[in-house]
Amino acid sequence: MFLLGVAILFVMLYGWFKNVVDESMAGLYSPQMDRSFKQGMSWFIVSEIMFFAALIGALFYARFIAVPWLGGASNNEMTGAILWPNFEAVWPLLTTPGGTETQAMGWGLPLINTMILVTSSVTLHFAHTGLEQNKRSQLTGMLLLTLILGVIFLGLQGYEYVLAYRDLGLRLDSGIYGNTFFILTGFHGMHVFLGALILFFVLLRVLKGHFTPEKHFAFQAGAWYWHFVDVVWIIVFCLVYVF
Amino acid sequence: MSTVTTADHHDEHHDHKPTGIKRWLFTTNHKDIGSLYLIFALAMFFLGGAMAMVIRLELFQPGLQFVDPQFFNQMTTMHGLIMVFGAVMPAFTGLANWMIPMMIGAPDMALPRMNNWSFWILPFAFLILIISMFLPGGGPDFGWTFYAPLSTTYSNDSTALFVFAVHIMGISSIMGAINVIVTIVNMRAPGMTWMKLPLFVWTWLITAFLLIMVMPVLAGVVTMVLTDKYFATSFFDAAGGGDPVLFQHIFWFFGHPEVYIMILPAFGIVSAIVPTFARKKLFGYASMVYATASIAILSFLVWAHHMFTTGMPVFATLFFMYTTMLIAVPTGVKVFNWVATMWRGAMTFEVPMMFALAFIVLFTIGGLSGVMLAITPADFQYHDTYFVVAHFHYVLVSGAVFSIVAAVYYWLPKWTGHMYDEKLGQLHFWCSLISVNLLFFPMHFVGLAGMPRRIPDYALQFADFNAFVSVGGFLFGLSQLIFLWVVIKCARGGEKAPAKPWEGAEGLEWEVPSPAPYHTFDTPPQVK
Amino acid sequence: TGIQFNMTPGVTDISQQVYALHMTIFWICCAIGLVVFTAMFVSIILHRKSRGVTPATFHESTKVEIIWTAIPVLILIVMAIPATRVLIAMEDTSDSDVTVLITGSQWRWHYEYLDYDIDYFSILATPRGQVEGRLPKGDNYLLEVDRPLVIPTGKKVRFLMTSDDVIHSWWVPAFAIKKDTNPGFINEAWTQVNEPGIYRGQCAELCGMDHGFMPIVVIAKEPDDFAKWVEQEEARIAAIREEEQRLLALRMNIEEQMVLGERVYLAHCAACHQPNGTGLPPMFPALKDNYVTTQDRAEHIKVMVDGRPGTSMASFARQLSLRELTSVITYTRNAWGNDTGDVVQAVEVYEYMQGKGE
Ligand code: HEA
Ligand code: HEA
Ligand code: CUA
Ligand SMILES: [Cu+2]
Repeated sequence: MFLLGVAILFVMLYGWFKNVVDESMAGLYSPQMDRSFKQGMSWFIVSEIMFFAALIGALFYARFIAVPWLGGASNNEMTGAILWPNFEAVWPLLTTPGGTETQAMGWGLPLINTMILVTSSVTLHFAHTGLEQNKRSQLTGMLLLTLILGVIFLGLQGYEYVLAYRDLGLRLDSGIYGNTFFILTGFHGMHVFLGALILFFVLLRVLKGHFTPEKHFAFQAGAWYWHFVDVVWIIVFCLVYVF
Repeated sequence: MSTVTTADHHDEHHDHKPTGIKRWLFTTNHKDIGSLYLIFALAMFFLGGAMAMVIRLELFQPGLQFVDPQFFNQMTTMHGLIMVFGAVMPAFTGLANWMIPMMIGAPDMALPRMNNWSFWILPFAFLILIISMFLPGGGPDFGWTFYAPLSTTYSNDSTALFVFAVHIMGISSIMGAINVIVTIVNMRAPGMTWMKLPLFVWTWLITAFLLIMVMPVLAGVVTMVLTDKYFATSFFDAAGGGDPVLFQHIFWFFGHPEVYIMILPAFGIVSAIVPTFARKKLFGYASMVYATASIAILSFLVWAHHMFTTGMPVFATLFFMYTTMLIAVPTGVKVFNWVATMWRGAMTFEVPMMFALAFIVLFTIGGLSGVMLAITPADFQYHDTYFVVAHFHYVLVSGAVFSIVAAVYYWLPKWTGHMYDEKLGQLHFWCSLISVNLLFFPMHFVGLAGMPRRIPDYALQFADFNAFVSVGGFLFGLSQLIFLWVVIKCARGGEKAPAKPWEGAEGLEWEVPSPAPYHTFDTPPQVK
Repeated sequence: TGIQFNMTPGVTDISQQVYALHMTIFWICCAIGLVVFTAMFVSIILHRKSRGVTPATFHESTKVEIIWTAIPVLILIVMAIPATRVLIAMEDTSDSDVTVLITGSQWRWHYEYLDYDIDYFSILATPRGQVEGRLPKGDNYLLEVDRPLVIPTGKKVRFLMTSDDVIHSWWVPAFAIKKDTNPGFINEAWTQVNEPGIYRGQCAELCGMDHGFMPIVVIAKEPDDFAKWVEQEEARIAAIREEEQRLLALRMNIEEQMVLGERVYLAHCAACHQPNGTGLPPMFPALKDNYVTTQDRAEHIKVMVDGRPGTSMASFARQLSLRELTSVITYTRNAWGNDTGDVVQAVEVYEYMQGKGE
């Protein structure tokens, strides 16, 4: 049932996008339509920001409220004294009140990953200027490079997860530190994947000769999305790993 | 406010519309999609109402008579969810679809294909939700607020379906909201400047903004519920360093703006209807816009007034009490402006006006009980009692729902090309007005006397009021059958409606013929 | 007593302040409503088209907008001052005389006096027959418990609130206390009751199936009477413990166990597993013809003692005496045609508990 639903969904999505692409290529879209697409995309990104804001809010609450309260801070003196007398409120929370233990993830590897992702934003920018100045080979090359960097990022993050599970005992169920770690990096990773997918289709269209220096909404949307994912990463990197 | 200089003109080819089921499945026409939303909302209102009838039936007398407690909790939960996400929100979206393009002189919504999607995923979401009730173990039974850990560790397996359904509703709302914003920003006819926009458009613009800001937060919190339940995370579990109250903070960060999502468009509707039937321009147009914006901004700062008993530190409690009280100010501005609009007008009292007037009075009553709830020490006594239930039904039923009903009567002639039956409409109004108060007013008393909400059985001292309330409930439910009858009758025929059936009405929607042609404003009108 | 329309003023200084605050706000809201609705109805009556009026054309005035922004702000300030004062007084739990740790669980309260050697559960005492309409309903229908909380009058009593499972909320209107019991955290509240008496309340947070059947009864006694009660209660609990030790040597016969077991079952288990043992699957499994209750004896004891984490099945180790625990296990293994013939003895359960290091 569920799979059938998903399959239907994809067929419909394909049909929709194909229509849009065809119409766009046929030059049916007025500048007003183009503006609508762009604004729509921007608001979609705003909604994505709010999704991450909820997850980051959870991280902040856990770190600055829940964990200290469990340790007896604020008006929760008795919480610490009676319920969790042996609990020590520190962040990262390596021993939960319930006694689950884990280790913290260092930020060496993620730092490399940060640089990769930032670089990919730069290369994507060059791809864009290439498109605007009608330098098609710069466009293709830089776009491809961006995609490759994105894939490397995902690969490294996968490797990091292996390290976490195998060597550090840091798992999705390792208490609130592990929870926030995997939820934030995981959802970010899914967004990188989605962004890469968009860029991949954009690349296919580039290779087919689509897009002109003046009109390239799909390219621009993909690029915006990519930059957005990049900025989210920098925030996630700071909050999850560094501080 | 605005007049059209270019007559509405379209060639033959444009007014042809596809027929049969395909027309509805694949339609990208804002009027079709608006109708779909409205029909869906009406169906859900009846379904959610039927569940409310089960609740009222069980509560008619003390003791357990008809349903077991588990099923009762499912009824409460599904009633809340269906009414909020299935009835009120889609009804407003339907009105937005129908009216916003016509009001701003646009040929359609800005992103018509996405519009089709926004609607069609909605029935699936509710299908999933309803199917979950027939699973062994039953459907969601943790209240529409699904507090953890009742909804995580202690819930049954329908929770996965519930989460999935909420995700889909969220996606639908976000897409709908994006469409509304982009349409308003980008598709206004030449000359339709910001401060000429009808208030319904303004309020919806701000509502859409709220939707984009908070629906993703709801998606975030249901995701955490999912991982807590199925993937052993502990966001809401102290043993892992989380906190069940964290759930409430995230939920209400969504939840409070959500209640304004259900009332701001209502303000827009009333601001359209009152001037029409008072034959006088809306008083304080600009201040109405600013008040709406202030309410929206404040709504992000008050969420924890639903959580006064959770044990927050005093300073936090005080902060949320003060911000909550402040919302009375911009809302008051709106009420005063409506009254000032009527003042020295020349009023007539057709059905839309009657519902709008009832809205103003009854919404104000609900708002004032809201201010009482904001007073924290008193809320310790009110919280989770029928006083709260009374408060929110006043703002939701005699508020949001009445405004939707008013809007339907107001624009039915435009949609169908026929006048509705005024006599039946008045009957519907008076039956609704009386029964809605029989239904919800005594809930204040029984709540103050100490009856908790969400219970299938109660102590004997609450018996008299509950019997009374239930009778009011049945009467209100039956009154809505009149509404159904009026709408069907009007859709099928009746006195021909002129382009502008209301003497005092203003706005572009009245410049096109009734029924509104399938395509309007293919060439944008010039607004002066 | 007649129908109650309004909030109770309660029996503490705080509850009376809350009541006064409620009434003040209420009257202010009435006054606001009166002004707004009067203006509206005057307009409806006088300014109607049928009276042949011509509509005026005014439609804005910055001056009145400022006035009707400023006046509500002033009114709100007037409301906020007493509200803040009362709130701060309510939150001050310092310098208490007696402390009770209240733990909510599905669907009962546990009271533990931190200053005395007393702790016990408090459970709904209304018979199921009344709920199902087979028996006439008593005066305190759904508001009666087997063991009420007892507190002294004239003393500051501090309540620490927590929960074993989901969120509950401990509410006694007469004290104006409503505080959520959050699992894993402790909230505080306090009261000082002026009048001896019996005060009733209910759980106020949706906590699952039997949320509506989780009442609270508090008896406030004069300090002398309270001291006597403490003495008796400590003696009672000590006696139970002694009895339990003695019981370990004793063997109960099956008839005795079936009688006691049935009583315990109906009081504690039947709400979920149903009086005839058929349960409400899949949330509440049937005990009739169940693998655990007919075959796996060790698991049966384990589930009763530890509960099933992550489900509504709570641990009954603290809640039932050893005698009751043993009997109800024997009962379930033999009732409704389970007929295993097993007779579980206290020592078996005790050894399991010891083995766990309890
Ligand atoms: C359309 C929906 C809607 C609207 C508009 C409102 C509006 C308001 N609500 Fe309500 N509310 C709900 C829907 C809504 N609410 C729901 C669904 C719940 C329960 C959720 C659940 O638990 O399931 C709830 C619960 C709720 C609570 C929590 C109660 C509890 O659980 O203990 C509180 C507490 O502060 C509150 C306050 C308010 C306030 C202050 C307003 C204000 O916006 C009202 C402002 C309006 C006026 C005040 C009237 C007009 C003003 C004047 C005439 C000016 C002069 C007035 C003064 C100076 C006072 N609401
Ligand atoms: C917009 C939202 C909305 C609307 C319109 C309503 C409408 C109604 N509500 Fe609802 N309600 C909520 C939102 C809403 N409610 C929410 C959010 C909750 C909280 C849930 C929770 O605690 O989690 C709630 C909770 C709630 C409760 C408390 C339940 C509890 O705490 O256990 C009750 C009890 O009386 C109630 C009653 C009603 C009634 C009688 C109506 C009536 O207005 C309904 C009238 C409509 C009809 C009846 C349908 C049309 C007619 C027919 C189908 C014909 C058949 C009629 C007969 C046989 C008479 N509601
Ligand atoms: Cu315990 Cu409700
Ligand atoms: Cu709110």
